[in-house]
Amino acid sequence: MATTEEKLWLSGNESIARGAWEAGVRVGSGYPGTPSTEIMEHLSAYPEVYTEWAPNEKVGLEVAIGASFAGARAIATMKHVGVNVAADPLFTAAYTGVKGGLVVITADDPEMHSSQNEQDNRHYALAAKMPMLEPSDPAEARAMMHTAYRISEEMDAPVLFRITARLAHVKGVVIPGTRQEGPAPALNKNPVKQVMLPARARMRRKAIADKWPRLLELAETLPENRIEPGTGKRGFICAGVSYNYVREVFPDAPVLKLGMVWPLPEKKIRAFAATVEELVVVEELDPFLETQIKALGIACHGKDCIPAIGELNASLVRKALVPESVGELFPALDLPPRPPNLCAGCPHRGIFFALSRMKDVFVSGDIGCYTLAAIPPLAAMDSCVCMGASVTVAHGMGKALGEAGKGKLVSVLGDSTFMHSGITGLLNAVYNGASHTVIILDNRITAMTGHQNNPASGQNIRGQAAPALNLEKLCEAVGVQRVVVVNPHDVEATRKALKAELEAEGLSVIISRAPCVLLPEERRRKKPIYYTKTENCAGCSLCVQMGCPAISWTPLAPEEAKARGYKEKQQGFAAISEVQCNGCGQCASVCKFEAITRREEQA
Amino acid sequence: MNAQGNILFCGVGGQGILLASELTAHALLAKGFDAKKSEVHGMAQRGGSVEAHLRYGKKVYSPLIELGRADILVAFEMLEAARYLPYLHKDSVVVVNTQKLPPPSVALGKAAYPDTVLDELGSRGLAVKAVDAFAAAQELGELKTVNVVMVGALSAFLGLEEALFLEVIDRTVKAAFREVNKKAFHAGRVAVAQ
Repeated sequence: MATTEEKLWLSGNESIARGAWEAGVRVGSGYPGTPSTEIMEHLSAYPEVYTEWAPNEKVGLEVAIGASFAGARAIATMKHVGVNVAADPLFTAAYTGVKGGLVVITADDPEMHSSQNEQDNRHYALAAKMPMLEPSDPAEARAMMHTAYRISEEMDAPVLFRITARLAHVKGVVIPGTRQEGPAPALNKNPVKQVMLPARARMRRKAIADKWPRLLELAETLPENRIEPGTGKRGFICAGVSYNYVREVFPDAPVLKLGMVWPLPEKKIRAFAATVEELVVVEELDPFLETQIKALGIACHGKDCIPAIGELNASLVRKALVPESVGELFPALDLPPRPPNLCAGCPHRGIFFALSRMKDVFVSGDIGCYTLAAIPPLAAMDSCVCMGASVTVAHGMGKALGEAGKGKLVSVLGDSTFMHSGITGLLNAVYNGASHTVIILDNRITAMTGHQNNPASGQNIRGQAAPALNLEKLCEAVGVQRVVVVNPHDVEATRKALKAELEAEGLSVIISRAPCVLLPEERRRKKPIYYTKTENCAGCSLCVQMGCPAISWTPLAPEEAKARGYKEKQQGFAAISEVQCNGCGQCASVCKFEAITRREEQA
Repeated sequence: MNAQGNILFCGVGGQGILLASELTAHALLAKGFDAKKSEVHGMAQRGGSVEAHLRYGKKVYSPLIELGRADILVAFEMLEAARYLPYLHKDSVVVVNTQKLPPPSVALGKAAYPDTVLDELGSRGLAVKAVDAFAAAQELGELKTVNVVMVGALSAFLGLEEALFLEVIDRTVKAAFREVNKKAFHAGRVAVAQ
């Protein structure tokens, strides 16, 4: 492929979007999820590519499969747990094969920076019987997208393209290429290959077995699987970001760098192993390569020295393999932690504050910014498993508890999560006679991943007008009898509505509607600023219990309290940081002492 | 200037750390270095402790700085400066904004803010350069320039000429904000020179 003289400074995700565009991709579909989100965002900036936000990863992958069937090069993007959602079409796409090249991005999150589990999605390549590529840095990611589409079409197979957070959100120098237009899409029927009736599926299962020797041969010859000769008795096998850490600690060692992590180049691995005295497999998370290499009868080190949990880095590789080179480190200081928190002015705070006062209510939570409400002082979430599980888990608990669960079960999920996989759970709850309260936090955007539009936003991925889902009508259509809408900034009205719905017979939906405060239009909107009249503060600390980052508490000793004119037993006072306040007014509405006042003139 | 180096940016989500590391990266690239930068996105950004690693040299492999190998720590918040102590070595420079943002346990009155942070760092022989970037930004009438004040302060220890950064600001910042950002950069650079 042609490259230009230009040098770009791109993140791994920007680079993948660039590579996809260069490779002639025409259709992309995905669901936002850290660390994959920016790929589709950047791809949407290329006018030649149709892109969309799908409501979930299964939908996104099926759209990409459709585009491939029509002969276009297509891409589906998702985070590691998204592949679980898309696993159904994924496994069968290996059987149907492709017409236009099809690449599926799996963006894994070792260390769980922004995820609920740490699964190693290399296992999907093995289980779904499809090739997998894994780049080490942004420059390689761009180039490897071309390889991925070539392999996909040559092998008639979808290609899994695995990245991790430390590729997605790393920036590096990238030398870009130019766009190659692929074959034009055309309506062709190929039912024998694309209708997976059992008899045909059996044929297609065999087709995978038939192409496998060709894939194995490709693994042996692919330049991305390269031996870098070196000196020293230790040789390393690594792939993806682990390669960087090995090169950092062992700049001169012999390395077999695998760009294709499934299937593996057996002959190349044997040949490399024969040249080194000691073979070390350095890989993040599971012993995926190590297990396969040991199965070949080759002795190697791996998880006996390299951690299998959490993210890898050069420090860990050094500590494991050359501890004498670590040197003396300053020990960490004992400091108050700073976990992430719901933003100042976040509409979700109002609803979770109400829930935090209902100690005997079980809050079945979900995935989004609002999962942060599980952290004290709100501590208003009691379970969170996966996308959409809030509704179904509460339903299951209700069926197990019977009468004992009446009025004590609440599900909370965001608008985007509801559309992702909450709707089917709600349908199930109605159909099977659930009796709990479902709260949909409708802030009109997919906020956690950085404000992606969704089917309720009224805008598509490019910000163009699109139909906006009417959540009330959808809930009613599914069969929910009680649907109420509240403004969560009105804390008292929200509490009353919540109480009423918990006491009501049957299933209720409360739509808690207010836009995310970080939306550009919300940031621009003139807002009142709240400030504390500290002389009025009686130290009840109710506002502090809301956990707003703009409110802090100053403890007072009795003599200090007295000196400030408070009652001697007042234990402290609250104060608002006017710089951080976003003017939601929730704290003012809970204050009974007129200690929080609004000022209108602030922009 | 050094042929290679590791710069660690840290602070609190929302302080503009990503932009600061981006400006610095562009200046290093303009000087002809290879560079890699690692960021944190997603949930961790919501008001939590945030870091960005920036490494430069002839050829950079790992995007992450090893423990004990950060040459310059740019801390946007005082307490956060102390959190990254294990990344420092005895010759590290710590450029720290004296702004204090109480973490939740302090805001709830359950823990005290460690006011002795700078002394703690200094007592370990580290070169600590305190900058009141918030006051500087306030003086410029644009609170959002705290991050560029910090880049200005950092630049004084990087051995890169001011013009290089000003050119990067011209290239990457929207016209309406260019002048105030250049002033912020200069204010930071001057603040540590005194």
